[in-house]
This record gives sequence, structure tokens and C-alpha cells, in this order.
Amino acid sequence: MAAHLSYGRVNLNILREAARKDLREFLDKCAGSKAIVWDEYLTGPFGLIAQYSLLKEHEVEKMFTLKGGRLPAAEVKNIIFFVRPRLELMDIIAENVISEDKMRSPRDFHILFVPRRSLLCEQRLKERGVLGSFINVDEYILDLIPYDGDLLSMESEGAFRECYLENDQTSLYHTAKGLMTLQALYGTIPQIFGKGECARHVANMMLRMKREFAGCQTQVLPVFDTLLLLDRNVDLLTPLATQLTYEGLIDEIYGINNGYVKLPPEKFAQKKQGEGEKDLPTEPKKLQLNSAEELYAEIRDKNFNAVGAALSKKAKIISAAFEERHNAKTVGEIKQFVSQLPHMQAARTSLANHTSIAELIKDITSRQKIPPPLHPGLYLTLLHFSIIVVLCCISCVPPYVSASEAFFDNLTVEQEFMTGVDTDKVNTYIEDCIAQKDPLIKILRLVCMQSVCNNGLKQKVLDYYKREILQTYGYEHILTLNNLEKTGLLKLQTSTRNNYPTIRKTLKLWMEDANEQNPNDISYVYSGYAPLSVRLTQLLARPGWRSIEEVLKMLPGPHFEERQQLPAGLHKKRQQGENRTTLVFFLGGVTYAEIAALRFLSQMEDGGTEYVIATTKLINGTTWIKSLMDRLEEPPF
Amino acid sequence: DDSEWRLWFPVLLDRKVELYEMGWSLKDGLRDCHVAAAPYGGPIDFRKPCIRCPLTTFSPIWGPQWKSGVVKQLGWTVGDDLLCVQEDGTVLVYDLFGSFKRHFSMGNELVQSHVLEAKVFHSPYGTGIALLSGTFRFILATNIEDLKLRRLPEVPGLQGAPSCWAVLSQDRQSKVLLAAGPDLYMLDTTACTPVIPPGLTPQASSIVHMAVSFSYKYLAFFTDSGHVWMGSANLKDKLGEVETKMKTPPKQMAWCRRPKGQQPSVVVMWEKNLLVAGQCQETIQYPFVDSVLVPEMDGVRIISGSHHELLQEVPAACEEIFKIASMAPGALLLEANREYEKESQKADEYLREIKEQDLLGEAVKQCVEAAGYEHEPETQKMLLRAASFGKCFLSNFRPELFVHMCRDLRVLNAVRDYTVGIPLTLPQYPFMRRYVDPQKRVCKLLVHRKLYPLAFEICRYLKTPEYQGVSRVLKHWACCKVQQKEEADEVIARAISVKLGETAGISYSDIAAKAYECGRTELAIKLLEFEPRSGEQVPLLLKMKRSQLALSKAIESGDTDLVYTVVTYLKNEMNRGDFFMTLRNQPVALSLYRQFCKHQEPETLKDLFNQDDDHQELGNFYVRASYQEGKLETRVSLLQSAVDEYNKAKNEFAAKATEEEIRLLRFQRRVEEEKGERVLGCSLHDTLHCLLTLGLHKQAEQLYKDFRVPDKRYWWLKLTALAEKEDWEELEKFAKSKKSPIGYLPFVEVCVKHLNKYEAKKYVSKVTPEQKVKAHLAVGDLEGAAEAAIERRSEGEVSLVLSRCSATTDRTIVDRLNRARAAAAKK
Repeated sequence: MAAHLSYGRVNLNILREAARKDLREFLDKCAGSKAIVWDEYLTGPFGLIAQYSLLKEHEVEKMFTLKGGRLPAAEVKNIIFFVRPRLELMDIIAENVISEDKMRSPRDFHILFVPRRSLLCEQRLKERGVLGSFINVDEYILDLIPYDGDLLSMESEGAFRECYLENDQTSLYHTAKGLMTLQALYGTIPQIFGKGECARHVANMMLRMKREFAGCQTQVLPVFDTLLLLDRNVDLLTPLATQLTYEGLIDEIYGINNGYVKLPPEKFAQKKQGEGEKDLPTEPKKLQLNSAEELYAEIRDKNFNAVGAALSKKAKIISAAFEERHNAKTVGEIKQFVSQLPHMQAARTSLANHTSIAELIKDITSRQKIPPPLHPGLYLTLLHFSIIVVLCCISCVPPYVSASEAFFDNLTVEQEFMTGVDTDKVNTYIEDCIAQKDPLIKILRLVCMQSVCNNGLKQKVLDYYKREILQTYGYEHILTLNNLEKTGLLKLQTSTRNNYPTIRKTLKLWMEDANEQNPNDISYVYSGYAPLSVRLTQLLARPGWRSIEEVLKMLPGPHFEERQQLPAGLHKKRQQGENRTTLVFFLGGVTYAEIAALRFLSQMEDGGTEYVIATTKLINGTTWIKSLMDRLEEPPF
Repeated sequence: DDSEWRLWFPVLLDRKVELYEMGWSLKDGLRDCHVAAAPYGGPIDFRKPCIRCPLTTFSPIWGPQWKSGVVKQLGWTVGDDLLCVQEDGTVLVYDLFGSFKRHFSMGNELVQSHVLEAKVFHSPYGTGIALLSGTFRFILATNIEDLKLRRLPEVPGLQGAPSCWAVLSQDRQSKVLLAAGPDLYMLDTTACTPVIPPGLTPQASSIVHMAVSFSYKYLAFFTDSGHVWMGSANLKDKLGEVETKMKTPPKQMAWCRRPKGQQPSVVVMWEKNLLVAGQCQETIQYPFVDSVLVPEMDGVRIISGSHHELLQEVPAACEEIFKIASMAPGALLLEANREYEKESQKADEYLREIKEQDLLGEAVKQCVEAAGYEHEPETQKMLLRAASFGKCFLSNFRPELFVHMCRDLRVLNAVRDYTVGIPLTLPQYPFMRRYVDPQKRVCKLLVHRKLYPLAFEICRYLKTPEYQGVSRVLKHWACCKVQQKEEADEVIARAISVKLGETAGISYSDIAAKAYECGRTELAIKLLEFEPRSGEQVPLLLKMKRSQLALSKAIESGDTDLVYTVVTYLKNEMNRGDFFMTLRNQPVALSLYRQFCKHQEPETLKDLFNQDDDHQELGNFYVRASYQEGKLETRVSLLQSAVDEYNKAKNEFAAKATEEEIRLLRFQRRVEEEKGERVLGCSLHDTLHCLLTLGLHKQAEQLYKDFRVPDKRYWWLKLTALAEKEDWEELEKFAKSKKSPIGYLPFVEVCVKHLNKYEAKKYVSKVTPEQKVKAHLAVGDLEGAAEAAIERRSEGEVSLVLSRCSATTDRTIVDRLNRARAAAAKK
């Protein structure tokens, strides 16, 4: 089911297969029928490794979600807990084990820590007096999960918060371990570049681990030529900006989770016979998005403005293919046609789905299409069908202002900030949004963006925004604001000089005439703004970082280069014109637009480098800011 | 061949190979000595009562004066440890160099009853001990590493010691076979079964001696009538019976056979006589001095005071080649090569003879195989040269056989050297595979003998992967080195690091653990410094109570779980003050501990912040705590603490904001009390909104002033609230109260939102020119919008209006706009 993983430059299916093998081996260790008790967070990432069918083949008969109290009844021999090593989860497990019905036939308990076992957790289980009840206490090393043909993710939501806010480098340790696993399968990566404190830390750990594992190296010809480690806080700006690629917009508006998106069902209503009684489905439509779907692979990285054309072109091709049936005369030709039918039908479904999604997005983003003025009642009904659901997701702009208007205004302000217009003053649009109590995250994204583009805000401006936010959204957000300040997303301007314009000019972060239809530069992904992180990557490949030393010094954290000795006889002989392969690791998250930009670079004819992307988590501005918010329980009155 | 003599008997072929001349001599020979020799050419131990002196064949290692009790039996374990079974049932374990390792008891009853006889035996389950107590009971332990004592059932009617007994390993368990007068019994853990050997000569009235073969497959009995009975160990088949014409019971008896051998035979030894008895009723006798027999898998070693020899059946390949006037292909090839070396034409004749029979491959194989059985390097070379010569005339002979044989022989010759003294034979060499890889096993043997350089060279020669070979040897060397008490820590640490360097797979922590075990903590710490795996250092450091160092190592490893482990350990070990101080110096550990406390021990978190005078975090802590508090007064007091902390942290903004929050809470409480409206906990914005929708304008006004809410936001608020209430009158009044700081477009839009176009239109005229088009569009007045757009000559706005027009119903407007556009374009 994962063929698409093997089509890329690097066959990532090897990694998935290795992970599946480990899983099977563990399951077989617990002989007999089993029930899995899931730490809910893990189900998503596991879905990328194995479907239920695999578990079923290994006698997994029941699955439960981990929660306190007594475990549900199930006539199985084994109960296996799949959990992250977290103390609070250990307490729940202990409760489960202790309250197990002693009268029933005893069940064997096992625990599988993902991605690594933890002494601390085992100690906790021991304190609770249940450690002895487990037959197997094991670990399932799942650091880097193959997400798509050129994409690996650790699916670790809290990574940025832990590293940059809480100074907890656990996820970096997992990263280093994951990269070691990767090197065991794909060979030692001879060159390591990096920028940022965390990157340095990961590289140090990798080099140390290499020494530790010395001698047990597998003799694999290196697949990757270069590893680039990038701290997210080197480029705080990019995730704050609204992504304008197709996939990026889907994520911004609906959120893509572990490769799946849930969409409002209305546009996907079945239009078959009985047109009259069209039942509107109430369940959200769930779609898997990856390169296994041919059409999606084609359009996902396009600027949204170029998607329409691509879809209609595809529509023509498909209908032409269906028309072929009239030309099929002989039995052979008909047979040939029929054999292609399933593929064509799949393509047609795919086209229908993406046309619907594109329409949904268009309602929100396109400035041109404002619903015509109609009778107020009818107007509202219409809105109800297509837009209201959408509105709630992007902003709570009162529905009389069309969603697209709000989207456009927001975008305008973002682009002003990115081009350095009036970044040192209080922005009227932000003020108005606060006054209308737009979603807090939207406000925070904009304020942070202004701060980043101005290398910090003046005391007066910063205090004004903070006060406005506290008064409007509640004083409890003082903690969230404090978090944003700690991570540098929001800061006080300390030096009088704002170095952002220098960075922008040197790295050409703003391209005036971005070509959305036939892009010639990565800036197309944000319709003008070229993501800083990807620019750094691009410049590393050609002409090298030495040309931008000055700018690198302005960005936080050290930049470095390390070389890893290859075992004798494993030096790759590059064919003439063969591209280099670079693994770019984003520590703290990456956006779909950045991925699109890197894919664009891979496909450039004279690029010379192909990229595989790895990250701790796929993020967008909203999920990112959310992860940094201090969630307080509601006051009890 | 002088050192070896062969007997070409028609049916019985045995040979005796002189292995070593002993490098030492015992004054009284072996008389009154206990002798024990380990299988597979292992070490030999001689012990006179009260003097213990374990020896290798060449260089004896003299142990210390024997001070312990009466030794009943000696034996070697599979791991090259020496076992001394004492009369009182205590077993003392010594290593190869005579250093005491440990001791264990075979049962308390033996202190009283004493051990009469004992035997050390080997089985797939390890090294075992069987003994006969003074009360004529057998006690058995199958594996001394995992000591489980079994007391075997009583033998009915046994009044005295049995005449002889042996341990068998059958059906996965160890059994004892004993002979008491004419009767034979098999003892296992559950039962005592009488057995009868098939076909035993009726002349025999009792069995006086018995021997089990190395593989536990065969048994031999010596009867009082002088007969040797040979048969299978399960006593089902008889192999043969030989009459020796000797009536005295032998001193020792051992099986001499090789795996897949043709002629299993039994060696029987008396004081001055050695006899080999074969299946076919033939015997050979050797002149003989007082010796000891050591059964091996492929022969018998004979150890005397001055010599160490191997007696074995001549291997088929050797027989074929060396038999006088042999015409076997191997023999011919050997001859061919001899002639070839003499540069004689005859070489070709011999070769042709083999080739004609198409047996050249066979000949080469025979020579290679025979070389493996020969002990003299010269003979080996001669045979291998012949094989190599023959190989040249073969096109598709697989080279592995030859190459491997050369390699194996090199290793074997090296360890057989008299300075090393391990007389390993080729069949024994791969047989050790049962335990581990033979190469590893050889290394292990050498390492146990502290022959590190040779082991090192062999690993290099065999190209064993570093971490399996060289690293292990070096590790053992280092472990031995740390025990040299006379050398200083510094010197040893340096010597070890120089030699080991960064050899792959070296575990410095294992070496350090050894040093610590020997009581050299300082040395252990020095050695740990070389360990590249920080994670490995931590447990030992904790064990050695170097917790601070353990903490920094844990941090270095990057493994946060390990850091947590050390932190938890420290927390339990240290008093709170010291613990906090330690953390203070380790920021990484401190942040992790803070995370831990945040979820598990919030109060400790407060103490941590207090200790560090981290007022900002303390402030945050109180704010967070205030949200978990139900009672208003407690909440306010917590917030007041937060204000104090923020002030101390010089965070003026946070202090003020929190003060504001307190004021708001108090205000909300008042509103609740006076008006009965639930507003407590709402944000200022929501509170204002609530007041305005309730029509409590005075209170709203007050709040707006007290909290210095910006005009713009207040206008937005009031506008939305009034529209929500549909209080259009009040809204109009509000709009006219003064000039709107947010302009009038919001008025239009908010009215439209509440579906009141009529009201909305009132404000369209007040909207600034820039927003006119938008305002007209909002109320659905396309004509107005068009007019405004044309007036403003804005291309963008014209298109905007156009996009809203429908081509059919708004024909005129569309035309007008297009005309205006065209006109603009002309200019």
C-alpha cells in the first residue's frame, strides 16, 4: 500500500519496511490473541506505518484507547499498551493493571514504548507496584516516519515548544537517533551542514553516536551526499506567512493531520440517481493526501492561482480518454479500453474531489468572486451551504464581509510586513481585527510577523499590542505572550538597527514579479516571498554559504560544517550530470509551502541537487502558534 | 617420522603422537598425584596432597601452598576454571592461574557423611559434578554455573561403595550407572532401574571398571574375569568383547574413537601396561610408564611425568596416503609431487596414472585432508604442496577447501606450539563450534591463558571484525592490566588508552567496572573518561557514588531519560539544598527537572524559582495557580503575589496588567452582586460587550475610562453591541455623538450584517470617499457604487463593481462602467 514511497530519489519504503518488520517481530513475541491499548496520540503516526490489516494478521483482535479505570472486557490472551514514555500515561496504565478483574482468566500484559523506553517511566511503574505484571517491556524505535516519497516526519507536535521554550532536548535526541537509523539503512552521510543551536546539538550527538557505534557500521553505499540541519528559529518568519500553494492552503484552512484532511461534506454530496432527494452528508469527508494520487502529486505544489488551469486541463484529458470508447471498434480495442477503465475512473474521482476542494478554497481566497447581492434570506441560506463552515476555520469575520475580503486584507498586511512597509508602527488592520475579536491565533500570527520583520517592536508598540490582546481575549494570555517572547517570536527591539531589510535584500526574500503560473523562483509559493529557510538551502548548494557569511551571522545560532569518514570502498563515484542528494532536516517543523519550494528546486533542470525533506512535524502558522500557547484550564467559575 | 610410530595391523590401526615433552619434571612422577586435564587439549592440573600446582604443559604455574581440606577430585570447567572437590562437599573454584574465584557446597549432609568419590563431567548443559556420599547416596549437579543439587534415589540393598560408576548424559538428563557386585543399576532423578548389558560373558561375576565415551554414546565394562565388554550406552547393543587375560582391575580405562571412525576401541591402563582393545577381539599392547589417560573426542591423551602424547585411530586419509605401497590417489599425488620437486619425469607418469582414473580431484582432497590430521608442520607442508601441485591440473577445483585448511593449520600450529601448549587437533577445532565460533573459542582459550599478543595476531590474521576479535582481546588484556596492583592508576590508565585507542567496539566502561570491582575507584573513573558512550558511563558512576559526574555524563549523552534517571537518583540521595545547588550548575538538568515538577510537583517548582530568584517565572507561577483557584479572594491574593514578583522582576507591563486584572475581577464581582449578571472571569472586552448589550451604559463608560480602552475599540464594541440588540435609535445617537474614530463604513457593514439595510443606508453618505464603493456595494446599491467608482477613477474599483454585476439584469450599469473604463484607458 505504500508504493509511492519508493518512487522518489531515495526509496523510503525501505525505512517503512524496516519499521513494519520490527512491529511484526514484537507482536509475535506476545504469542496468542491480543488487544492493543493505544496512547491516542500514536494512532495517527502508526497509520503511516501499518494498517489494521497488519495487526490483524498478527492476532490483534481488539483495540482500545488508553484511559483510566478498568480495561474493557476482551477475551484475549495479551493486553499490549502502545504508549509514549510519559509519566502521566504510566499512572493510567497502573490504574488499568491494578483494577484488572482478578476473577477472570488472567491476561498477559506487555508494554511497548514509542519511540524509546524510559527508565523514568519504568521507575514510575515500579513505584506503583505494577512493573512486575508486565511480561514484555520493550521499545519500538519509531523516530522518522516515511510520510511521502521525499518526506520524513517524526510527527512530534511539541518539538518546537520543548526545544525553544522549555529547553527540553528530548526530541533532538530522538532526531539524532533517527538519523543514525537512517544512516544504517542508507549509508553514512559524508557531509553535514547546519545552522542554529539545535542543529549544532544534533550534529554533535550524531558524531558522538557514530563513535559509539564504531565498528558496527553497515557497509552501505551512501545514498545521501549532504545533510542540512536547520533550526526553525533561524527562520521564524516563513511559518507565520499564509501558504499559497494548493496543499499549503488546504493545510491552512482545514488542517492536514498525519496525511489526512477532513473537509466539509457539502461539496462532496453524491450526485447520482434521484437528484431530487439529495441527502447532505453530515460526517466530514476524510481524504488521504499524498503522491500516490497522481493528480494530487501534480497540483499540490502549484500556487493556488495555477491550480484551476491545471484542473481544467486534466478534465479535458480525462474526458478525451472516456471519449476513446467510441473509437474502440474491434474486440481487442474494447478490451484494451475496459482494462484502462479502473484507472480512468480513479482519475475521474480524484479530479472531482480536487475540483470540489479547489472550489472550497476559492470561496475563501479569491478576491474576484463575491456573492451577488440577493434577497437577504436567500443570501444567508447560500452562505450557510458553502461558506459559513469555512469562515469558522479561517476567521470569524462577520459573514457580511465576504471571507475572501478578509483573506485578501490579511494577505495584504502580511505582504506589507514582509516587504518592510510600516513595520515599526501599530497596524490599523491588526487593531481592527482585535476590536472585532477575530481569532486570537490570527492576531498573534500577524503581531509576531510584524515583530520578526522589524527585528523586534518598539516598547510602545509592543506594550500596546499586548495590552489590547489581554483586554480583549483575557488576562490569562499573559503567559502565552510570555512564551512567544521567550521563543523570540515576539520581542522588544533592543538595537536601533533593524537588520531584516538587509537579510531580505541579500537573500532576495521578496521577488516583485513572482510568476505563479510558470514559476522560475521559489518565491511563487508565497506569491512573492521566498522562504528564508529554503533560500539558505538553495544558496548552500550553489554557490555555498561562504558568499553569505554576513547574513548568516545575523541569524541566530552557529553555522557549521562537519565531515564524516566513509568506510573504505564506499566512496560514491558520481556519474556525469548525476544530481546530488541532500537531506534537509527542519528542527521544529516545516510548512507545506517550504516543501513545495524544495521540490521546485529538485525539479529545476540545472539545479544539480535533489532534496529529501525531514522534520519533527509538519506545521503551519496556526498549529505552530497553538503549540506555544499556555493552555490554562478554564477558571472554575 | 621418529616422534610417531605406526602399527599396521590388519584390523586395528592406532597411532601415538608425541605431543610434548614436559617442560618440567616431578620428582616422584605422578605417583600420589591428582591429575585433571580439560578436554580439547585443555590445561592439566597435577596436585599432590596439600600442594597445589596447576600447570600448562610447558610452563608450569605453581599455585600457593594448599591450605584447605582434603581434595577428593579435580576437574576443569568448560570455561577453563579449575574445580577442587573437597571431602566435606565444598567445591573450590580457581582460575587458570590458580587464583581463588569462589566456592560452593554440594550439600550440608556431606560435612558429616563426607565425599567418597566424585566425578566432574561435561554435557551440553555445562560442567557438572556427581559425587558419592559416605552414606552411599549419589548427589548430582548438572551445571555448576546454575547450581541445582539433585539427590538421586537410594539403590536398594547397597551396603558398601559400588565397585565402579559413571555419569551418562541421556535423554537430556544426567544419569548415574553403577555396578554393585554382579548387579548394574541406572539411576536417574526419579528411579533406580536394574539393567543388564546384552551378551556379557557368563564368566564374569562382577564389573570392576567402566568407561563412557566422550560423546556418551558408548560404554565399556571391565569384568573380574578380565573381559572388556563394549556396547552402546543405552545398553541395547553389544559392539564386541575382548579377553585381556589380565585379572587385576585396571587403573584407568578410556574410549579411543573418532567421529565417523571405523574402529572404536578402548584403552585400558594398568600400572605398567597399556592395552588397546578393538571391536574385533584384537589387542595391541604398548610398553608403558605410569601415566594418566585423558579421553578426547578423537583419541586419548596420555600424560606421564615427562611426556604428553596422543593416541588415536589413524585417520582414513592418512592411512590411504602413508600405507606402505599404497596406490590411493593421494599417495600417488604425493609421489608425483616428490618426483616433480626432484625435477624427474616420473612426476608425469604418476600424474597421468591418477588422471586416467579421473581421480585427481579426489587426490587433492585426500592430501589436503591428511595435512589437517598431521601434527608435524613439515609433513603438513609436504602434503599441501602436493595438493597445490595437483590443483594446477584441475580447472574447476573450488579453492576454499585448500585455503581454509592452510588458514586453520596456521592457527592450530600456533596454538600447539610448546610455548602455548594447547594440543588441539583439527577435528576438535570445528567441534568447538558447539559453544561458539571456533575462531572466537581459540581466542578465548588464549585470552584465558593471558596470551594476548598471539590472540591479537590470530584475530588479525583471520580478519575477524574488530569489535568481535581484536577489541575483545584488548578488553581482556585491559581487564587483566587493571588488576596489577603494583602499578599506579595514572600509568595503567595511560597504558590502556595508548594500546586501545579508539578501536571499534571497545567498552571502556566494562574495563572500568572491573577496576572498580578490584577496589580501584580512581582508576575506574580515569578509564571511564575514555568511554565514548556517555550513556554507558552513567550506571557505573552512580554505583561508585560519583553522582555529579554521572549527571554531567548523562547530559553529555543527550539522552534526556538518562538525565532524568540521575536527577531522580540525586533527589533521593542528597538533601534538598545540595540537590538544588547541583541542578543550578547544570542548566539542562534544571530545565528538565522543572518540566518534571511542572506536571508532577508544582510546589517544588516554586521552590526552584525561589532559589534562583527567578521572579518572572514566579509571577507566571502565581498567575497559573490563580486559574486553578475557585474562590475569588484566594485568586486575587495569588494575583497580588504575581504582581509583587513581576515588580521584583522589573516587568512593569506584567505587573500593571495583573493589577488591571485584579481590578477587573473586583469590578465584575460588583456587577454580579448589583445586577445579577454573570460576568466574572470574562475578558474586559467581553465584559464591556455584556454591559453594553444590557444597556448598562454608565458602567460601560466607567470601565472604558478606568481601563483606558482605546477609542477605536470602544466604538467597535459599542457599535456591535447596539446592533446586536437592534437598538437602532441608540446607534444613531451614538454615531452622531462625535466624529467616529473608526469611520462610518463599519456602521454600514454592521447594519447589513444584522439585515437592516434601511439603517445601513443612513450611514453610506458619511463614509469617506475611499470607502464609498465598498459601502454602496454592502447595501446592494450597484448604481451608487458604479457612480462612486467612476468618480474616483479607480480601475480596481470599477472592476470590483463589474464583478458584482450580472450581465442580464444590470445591463445599463455594466455599459456605463465599461465606457468609463474605456475612457480611462484612452487617457
